[in-house]
Amino acid sequence: MSQIQFEIDGKKVTAEAGMTILEVAQREGIYIPTLCHHEKLAPYGGCRVCIVEVAEKGWTKLVVACVFPVKNNIRVQTRSPKVDRIRKTIIELLLAHAPDSPALVKLADTYGARKDRFVKDPSFCIHCGLCVRYCAEVAQKNAIGFVDRGIHKEISFNPEIAARECNDCKECFPLCPTSYLQAVFVYTQSLSSP
Amino acid sequence: MARLHTPEELDHFRKELLSQRDPSSPCISICAGAGCVASGAADVIQAFKATIKKEGLAATVDTKGTGCPGFCEQGPIVVIYPDEICYVQVKAEDVAEIVEKTIKENIPVDRLLYTDPVTGEKAVTESDIAFYRSQERNVLCNNIKIDSKNIDDYLAIGGYAALAKVLAEMTDLEVLEAVKQSKLRGRGGAGFPAGRKWEGSRNAADPIKYVIVNADEGDPGAFMDRALLEGNPHSILEGLIIGGYAIGAHEGYFYVRQEYPLAVENINHAITQAREYGLIGDNILNSGFDFKVFVHQGAGAFVCGESTALMTSLEGKVGEPRPKYVRSNLKGLWNHPSVLNNVETWANVPLIVNNGADWFASIGTDSSKGTKIFSLVGKITNTGLVEVPMGMSLKDIIFKIGGGIPNGKAFKAVQTGGPSGGCIPAEKLDLPVGFDELTQAGSMMGSGGMIVMDEDTCMVDVARYFIAFLTEESCGKCVPCREGLRQMHRILTNITQGKGQKGDLELLEELSETAVEASLCALGKSAPNPFMSTLRYFREEYEAHINEKRCPALSCRELISYIIDPQKCQACMICARKCPVDAIDGGKRKIHVIDQERCTRCGTCLEVCPSRFRAVTKLSGEPIPVPPSEDDRIISKKSKKE
Repeated sequence: MSQIQFEIDGKKVTAEAGMTILEVAQREGIYIPTLCHHEKLAPYGGCRVCIVEVAEKGWTKLVVACVFPVKNNIRVQTRSPKVDRIRKTIIELLLAHAPDSPALVKLADTYGARKDRFVKDPSFCIHCGLCVRYCAEVAQKNAIGFVDRGIHKEISFNPEIAARECNDCKECFPLCPTSYLQAVFVYTQSLSSP
Repeated sequence: MARLHTPEELDHFRKELLSQRDPSSPCISICAGAGCVASGAADVIQAFKATIKKEGLAATVDTKGTGCPGFCEQGPIVVIYPDEICYVQVKAEDVAEIVEKTIKENIPVDRLLYTDPVTGEKAVTESDIAFYRSQERNVLCNNIKIDSKNIDDYLAIGGYAALAKVLAEMTDLEVLEAVKQSKLRGRGGAGFPAGRKWEGSRNAADPIKYVIVNADEGDPGAFMDRALLEGNPHSILEGLIIGGYAIGAHEGYFYVRQEYPLAVENINHAITQAREYGLIGDNILNSGFDFKVFVHQGAGAFVCGESTALMTSLEGKVGEPRPKYVRSNLKGLWNHPSVLNNVETWANVPLIVNNGADWFASIGTDSSKGTKIFSLVGKITNTGLVEVPMGMSLKDIIFKIGGGIPNGKAFKAVQTGGPSGGCIPAEKLDLPVGFDELTQAGSMMGSGGMIVMDEDTCMVDVARYFIAFLTEESCGKCVPCREGLRQMHRILTNITQGKGQKGDLELLEELSETAVEASLCALGKSAPNPFMSTLRYFREEYEAHINEKRCPALSCRELISYIIDPQKCQACMICARKCPVDAIDGGKRKIHVIDQERCTRCGTCLEVCPSRFRAVTKLSGEPIPVPPSEDDRIISKKSKKE
């Protein structure tokens, strides 16, 4: 694999081709916030909170660090007024769903995000997809999936598979940035084995 | 029909077809496009066929249902060749007279000809009609000439000659060079140069490549691609095969939305026929080039018109866009180089091969070449499909071709580019249509939707409507689009209901920035356009809604009141009887008054008040006038002088 040289927050770094900005940043101890990222899972690019600025050939663009593959001679800024503004809005949008999620509350502190910026939709799920993807990619059970689309999208256990697999696994539970997943499981369990 | 093995056999077969067709014998073409069928074209076709048979003319007169010529406002359309006499709004009852006069005696039936609303003159042929006169119909022109289910019709007008030429006389590089030189840009939305997209795939090392037709047309009010898919499927198919040859792909896909059943049927039919003739399959026309085509039906998600979501859907997965920063022409369908172009883009390819890249590049502006089909809808006199050279001004399209705004209303704005396009106001009407010009004006070309709005349209409500559409159609994968649009829709709805607050516009602008900059795919990145463009050109309307609780267009239900002018009311009782909630008090010779508490602002009273009275009006943002006293409401008997 060829070596890529670039700059991140002013620091010159070398990386393998194919690595993402996030992977290199984590290796270098540079913090980039994430919500939907998990090292065992394929990059998802859903929460967009890991957005960073990349300067390439004289022009600057915004990309998400969890997906963008590093390139020679780019200059990455993990924070800027614009990046911070967008992260703040994203966190505020998610706080409308899960105002007490520890992961969100912590990010809200860093970026000055307010809980009451938007009308509450307390669905608790922030659609990071960690449970769904972990179950499909790592556990390979497909016991939980997304149903419906867009603003109607929800996570849902398949009762048949869940009744068979979930009791002995539950590996997705600690991944959930809110406590919603567990609640859904308990609900599904009560439906499938009353 | 036997397979055609060589270009010579194709040529010979075409000549044979033409020798059997007498160009001077009559041919009745009846538009069988969706618009005309909705206004009764099926009965007209039936009537023509029966009458021709009954009169014993079947041997000399050809009758066919064809593709859509675009003048949907006046459907069903009938064109009679060879003189190209064009009849509009034809009904089955008119058929006997048309056969009697036009077919037998070659005399036009005056009352069925199109009458120009301005000059009052009758137009005998299509080209006499103002709607068609200013158009340049290179792609759409064949729709009315061919039966879309009959490949022979397409061959008779020179179909598949471009394919034969490419396979026999041109290398793949030469084809690519021609497309590059023509400066053809994608007709689906972003306007990416087709040649550059093709070149990327062609040069990719991967031996497996794909070409794909994006026929997932989903913009509200847009039906350009539908007309081509239904009316002239072979032109798209021919373009696709040529594209496959140029980039080295041996498989092609049509991704057609299943809400277009006739398009799906006609495309499948066209593929079967082309396969029987040897124009698809192994060793096409003895060139050594193999090509297969498959049809895939989209299940109704708007986002699947986005290229990466379309490919994910084609792979059998949930139709969500890919987060990857790699172009599909390098890694697309099943991670192989894939060229995805829109229906209209592919249909232009045979024209470029036949007429040359220079011919194509001679049409249009510096940066936008060729013609573009627009679907002209909304508050416009001539609803329909129009094909014009790039660079024509919006004013010419709307007023010269579209015939302006009906009912004496004033033009307010035109929305171009589909739901995530923008609204362009009257002061920008001289803008030439082109990819870059429209983008600079805060809108976009999109796939060619053009929704015309008159003075009665509230621009805040327009923004709310399109944001609502996009909120419903967001796939929900990324936060800026799913959550951002949800909140934008909520705030815009509040504003139209008089619940807008100070700071709403700033919040909307912040959400717009987040969606534009941080969304995963083009749907989210362009979704705030309806808001941003209306704010740019109609900020005062937003401010009136928020600060004064007033809708300047008198359109937002929660912000308007209906009142009856006591000076004009003649106590005719019509509105009182029609009011669905009994909100109108009054009687014979007693001036009517609307009970504002009960009124649901449905507007029925305004609609039914006789035009000679015009007593009902709308108010917004001003106090309701105090109704006259009971005594003053009694109308004394009219004197004879009145």
